[in-house]
Amino acid sequence: MSVKTLTINDTPVAVEAGATILEAAKQAGITIPTLCHLEGVSDVGACRLCLVEIKGINKLLPACVTEVAEGMEVQTETAKLREYRKMTVELLFSEGNHVCSVCVANGACELQDMAVTVGMDHSRFSYRFPDRPIDISHPSFAIDHNRCILCTRCVRVCAEIEGAHVWDVANRGEKCYVISGLDQPWGEVNACTSCGKCVEACPTGAIFHKGETTGEKTSDPGLLDFLVTARKKQQWIR
Amino acid sequence: MDLAHLQAIAEQEKQRQRAIRLHCCTSTGCQAAESLQVKDNLKKAIEKKGLGDRVEVVGVGCMGFCGRGPLVQVEPERKLYEEVTPEDAESIINALEGGKATAKEGDPDHPFFARQMRIVREHSGEIDPERIEEYIAVGGYQALYKALYEMTPATVIEEITKSGLRGRGGGGYPTGLKWATVAKMPGNQKYVICNADEGDPGAFMDRSVLESDPHLVLEGMAIAGYAVGANHGYIYVRAEYPLAIKRLQKAIQQAKQNGVLGTQILESPFDFKIDIRIGAGAFVCGEETALIQSIEGGRGNPRPRPPYPAERGLRGCPTLINNVETFANIKAIITKGADWYSSIGTANSKGTKIFALTGKIKNNGLIEVPMGITLREIVLEMGGGVPDGGEVKAVQTGGPSGGCIPASLLDTPVDYDSLLKIGSMMGSGGMVVMDQNTSMVEVAQFYMEFCREETCGKCIPCRTGTVQLHNLLTKLLDKRATTQDLELMESLCQMVKETSLCGLGQTAPNPVLSTWRYFRDEYLALVKA
Ligand SMILES: Cc1cc2nc3c(=O)[nH]c(=O)nc-3n(C[C@H](O)[C@H](O)[C@H](O)COP(=O)(O)O)c2cc1C
Ligand code: SF4
Ligand code: FES
Repeated sequence: MSVKTLTINDTPVAVEAGATILEAAKQAGITIPTLCHLEGVSDVGACRLCLVEIKGINKLLPACVTEVAEGMEVQTETAKLREYRKMTVELLFSEGNHVCSVCVANGACELQDMAVTVGMDHSRFSYRFPDRPIDISHPSFAIDHNRCILCTRCVRVCAEIEGAHVWDVANRGEKCYVISGLDQPWGEVNACTSCGKCVEACPTGAIFHKGETTGEKTSDPGLLDFLVTARKKQQWIR
Repeated sequence: MDLAHLQAIAEQEKQRQRAIRLHCCTSTGCQAAESLQVKDNLKKAIEKKGLGDRVEVVGVGCMGFCGRGPLVQVEPERKLYEEVTPEDAESIINALEGGKATAKEGDPDHPFFARQMRIVREHSGEIDPERIEEYIAVGGYQALYKALYEMTPATVIEEITKSGLRGRGGGGYPTGLKWATVAKMPGNQKYVICNADEGDPGAFMDRSVLESDPHLVLEGMAIAGYAVGANHGYIYVRAEYPLAIKRLQKAIQQAKQNGVLGTQILESPFDFKIDIRIGAGAFVCGEETALIQSIEGGRGNPRPRPPYPAERGLRGCPTLINNVETFANIKAIITKGADWYSSIGTANSKGTKIFALTGKIKNNGLIEVPMGITLREIVLEMGGGVPDGGEVKAVQTGGPSGGCIPASLLDTPVDYDSLLKIGSMMGSGGMVVMDQNTSMVEVAQFYMEFCREETCGKCIPCRTGTVQLHNLLTKLLDKRATTQDLELMESLCQMVKETSLCGLGQTAPNPVLSTWRYFRDEYLALVKA
């Protein structure tokens, strides 16, 4: 096993070659904000919250998919990065209908936490109040598209861990939404095994257990990584 | 099929061709103006007069002066007719034996033609794109023969590198370097992809190349396949180009029948096949990683690079992806050599570039010009300036990724670096001229609306940043915006540019930023009182 050494925020770190900057930061105890990243599934580099500055590279690169290199000098908390992260979260809030006070995930929501982390208390962008539906056709779960941030964690968890590929994304741009099956009501999708992994994967209150009311959703994203580790390495550790 | 065979076909075709050839454009633009009817009538008139052994009418590809179509050119005397109607046909044939045609006569020595330098479009508008014999008769597939028998893959790449050719799809990446990277990658399976998704509003260069000279692209791809070690190529072409697709299909079929595609090409050990994949109309599918996803049957979403397609492309294999026009340059470079090619153009931009000249301009159409020519020469001399005595206010290059160049900078040479320096870019070749009545904020709004509709929606800055930018511009045009809104707009532009995942988002703010830079007064004049 070869090792690469680099610095993150001037702290020297040594990690396995092939590791991502995000993994290296984690080992060094440095938190880089993420939303679309989920332990146990592939990375897509979509939310752009994990962007970092690297000395000698004039582009910002996503920590979740960028491999470490020898001698790399990474900065994760520059003024520019903080400002961009804040704007990203503002854009997310302006895009959907995120009303924490009536949300099942109030208090256990990664989007809400992210707003706190980046110090966002209002959006400079006008709210768009899109007209989005709710699907309660599944016997055990429901999806409220108003709260969806299109991170595609449900898509990946269902395709890669459960192997059912119930979820995908339809349309383009602002018209994008996640679909179940061939854009059918979730309850009619035969491929759904009702495993509930998408509920655990969803960072907000978009996908939830039926019957949960305001602030009652608890999710356990760590479960997914546990499953993957158990399967791949035969290690049952949490 | 060997070289002698190729030469025999060429000889036979030259024998077959009649002394007088009437080139009638059958490309999409002229077809829309009834050129097929013109062609039919010309044919009938020839038969009626019994001139069939001396005169023939040839359906050819685009001659470039699309704004004046349908075009008919009489060879070898070069006489050019413009805006020909089916009724004019008979008089054109009569005019061959003295007499005057009713059709309007054009000037084949007009600066629009005279200032051009035709490498890619050398035979566009002169040969029948649906007959491989005509292509072979003008030297077609000789470059492939030369590459296979007189060069090694390494010397082909060396030649392309030395020529200084850069990608014509917008990015301007050095083509030789890209080929060398793919060639060096380990693995037995590699692919070559031709990007014919051309989605920039106002651009139709690639369509014209495919409709006018499809074998030129096939030959370029086959040479690329030999150079990088690939035996399978794909052409990804948008469904909005039915004629280009039809001609490509025909060309591939004829190339296979004649042993210049398929197995043991020209009796060498080299195999290469080409398949067509049809895009469903998403602009973002022109982005290389999205295009590859789309060929694989997935949703056309870009993915982060690295890894670049050269390393991990189609089905995880090393993949060479180049633009139509890039491939169309290969034959000339192999035939005439890198030294000849690199003598054309500027220090860092070699060869020629095709532009689709449109907008408020007298002479609309396609032009191929040497790099380094100034915008002024293109717009004023070749294009004839704004009609009806209007004035040029700005020139937009690079489509939704480019910028608006003010008239004061018309002396800028057209090359990759100069255009980038003034906040625009070469892009794929769209060039839209704007006159004094154009509102630059509306132009910015137009391009932002385009990006808002075409963003794939995968990453947040582009998916929702373009919507907010479009809303801010709309608010400004409604005279409801404040100076704070303008500040927000400017910082959002910077953020979208720096944080988006792919080139679409990374360049989407350019039309706003360039008009904000050069026409700031127009923005400020719209602020709410
Ligand atoms: C949004 C977007 C759209 C693009 N569309 C095209 C296109 O229509 N045709 C094209 O050749 N390249 C297009 N490109 C560039 C390709 O990604 C790629 O760089 C190019 O095909 C490489 O070929 P070249 O090196 O020959 O230019 C596009 C890029 C982006 C970001
Ligand atoms: S920049 Fe735009 S087009 Fe590109 S991946 Fe992001 S959302 Fe899709
Ligand atoms: S976590 Fe890296 S882009 Fe979302």
